[in-house]
Amino acid sequence: MALAIDVHDLVKRYGSRTVVDHVSLGIGQGRVCGFLGPNGSGKTTTLRMICGLLTPDGGGGTCLGHDLVRERDAIKRQAGYMTQRFGLYEDLTIRENLEFVARVYGLDRMKSRIDQSLERLGLATRQHQLAGSLSGGWKQRLALAACVLHEPKLLLLDEPTAGVDPKARRSFWDEIHAYASEGITVLVSTHYMDEAERCHEIAYIAYGALMARGTTSEIIQQSGLTAFIAHGPDADRLAPRLRDAPGVTAAAAFGTTLHVCGPDREALQRAIQPFRDDPRLTWDEAEPTLEDVFIHLMGQARDNALED
Amino acid sequence: MWARLVAIILKELQQLRRDRLTFAMMFGVPIMQLLLFGYAIDTDPHNLPTAVVSADDTQITRTILSALQTSGYMRVVRHPTSEAEANALLQNGEVQFVVTIPSDFTRRMVRGERAQILIDADATDPLAAANPLVAAKPAIEQALSRDLVGPLAPLVGRPDAFDLVIQRRYNPEGKARLNIVPGLLAVILTMTMVMMTALAVTRERERGTMENLLAMPVRPIEVMIGKIVPYIAIGAVQVLVILIISRFLFDVAVEGSFGLLTAGTALFITVNLAVGFTISTLTQNQLQAMQASVFVLLPSILLSGFMFPFRGMPVWAQWLGEGLPATHFMRIVRGVMLKGAGLGDISVELFALIAMLLVVSALAISRYRVTLD
Repeated sequence: MALAIDVHDLVKRYGSRTVVDHVSLGIGQGRVCGFLGPNGSGKTTTLRMICGLLTPDGGGGTCLGHDLVRERDAIKRQAGYMTQRFGLYEDLTIRENLEFVARVYGLDRMKSRIDQSLERLGLATRQHQLAGSLSGGWKQRLALAACVLHEPKLLLLDEPTAGVDPKARRSFWDEIHAYASEGITVLVSTHYMDEAERCHEIAYIAYGALMARGTTSEIIQQSGLTAFIAHGPDADRLAPRLRDAPGVTAAAAFGTTLHVCGPDREALQRAIQPFRDDPRLTWDEAEPTLEDVFIHLMGQARDNALED
Repeated sequence: MWARLVAIILKELQQLRRDRLTFAMMFGVPIMQLLLFGYAIDTDPHNLPTAVVSADDTQITRTILSALQTSGYMRVVRHPTSEAEANALLQNGEVQFVVTIPSDFTRRMVRGERAQILIDADATDPLAAANPLVAAKPAIEQALSRDLVGPLAPLVGRPDAFDLVIQRRYNPEGKARLNIVPGLLAVILTMTMVMMTALAVTRERERGTMENLLAMPVRPIEVMIGKIVPYIAIGAVQVLVILIISRFLFDVAVEGSFGLLTAGTALFITVNLAVGFTISTLTQNQLQAMQASVFVLLPSILLSGFMFPFRGMPVWAQWLGEGLPATHFMRIVRGVMLKGAGLGDISVELFALIAMLLVVSALAISRYRVTLD
């Protein structure tokens, strides 16, 4: 299968700070790849390098078969990039925004394309409303409609659903999958675990370095983490006491239950031993969650970063 | 209460320290104004360039010419041989005065036949022309009193020994508004054109739409021209409104070619828009762009010859003024509107504007980034 994105050892520095550190990424055509990582980990910078908005300081590769640096214009014509912040004009109407985008790309059949797009969005009746008057969820859908108007082969979405309610997020993701089924490749950054699980594959980046790559289950398996769940009265109250214990990566309260995990089974068991004797609590071994893995990877990345 | 007050004062000072542009404005602008208003600006300018057309070279005419120069107001820089040549110098602004002494001046004076000296003044700026003209006659009389001895002694003190004929050209009544109105055209255009484009581009950056725009296949030159063109139209409307008001409210009509004025104005508007665009590539947000625009605007009012006679400014200020588009446009507008100047008279100013346009556009394009680097 041809790779829509094929980049190697991308590096971006701002002054002495390395924001993206030798990131390589290959994404097959028609795949939806989730791009995860903590704030400031280099997700946006990587996306910007892939769509030609930033020049890499090192590394390179191709995007839709075009060179990242030399064939920027070709990439821009075939890719759609949705910025983290609403990037359309709030003082133009919905239709005017789409018309502007259509003209910039020099699209033919402008009217019918926009009518179609508005229909698909469900905004046909509100097309003369100012974009600035839309709610967060609708703004995101409009932004998505604007970046697929020129029928791109690749979508780069930077936290498209930040601050959007669950129902709007759900329908946004339905749309992403609809585009993917048409053969469009999607690279989408997000902080939401449920969204990560809706992706075909995941790339996890922390402190500028790519830490994990694969499907959800692959990533959980590769992590080698062990997890336990404690039920019982006040089990959740134990979280602060266990959090800093040796061998514990994360200890968190989920409702009335406690979820702990760590990379070393023995060490983790030693850590929870004092509380296992409490007869009111029941302890069960559990599957580590994606969130566990990410917190674990983040800690690893920080240690690596501090060593450098 | 004091602790909170101190907290806020400290915070403001810290923010101010990081906002270098505001800092520069707060100190740079008052210093510039102080220097200009305080001692540098001479609303009674001296050593104004003067051309002399003299067909009568005698002791007496030499005394008269040297008296005009020692008054401090006039400095003879040219000796044109014909009246036409002298008029051209006045027309293109190279000289402020033309002193004409007829060939029979000395002969008529000796005979007591009311000899005449003619002074033509460029009165477009009435302020610059007023004092030298007032001072001319007493200065000449005083100087002649030393020369007129022996048989000529009776001429001393006689009011009709000679006549000084003064012609205030282009603005015979010495009306200030004739000078102000065309100048306003330059100031208003600078103010709106520079600021509007500067804001138009920084607005994109501030609202986050720039990133989206850059992700689309548009070229820098397309963005630049696309942003500038609408404002050229706005500028044209402004000019039309100003000209109509000048004509009907202030009775200032266009003396010279309307086409030439239009061409000069279009050029000036374009230069201003390019300056505005350049500002927008150098600043981060709308507030900074606004402040930077004021940085261009203030000198354009103070140093362009709008507020004060250009020749009354100290040399360093004149050099700064020469670097401003408004200065050159001011000369074009005053030349065409008041003096009826033609293409040849204002070609130097047009070339100056074209040179500025090229330099500023090159700077703007080199600063504009297709990427976010």
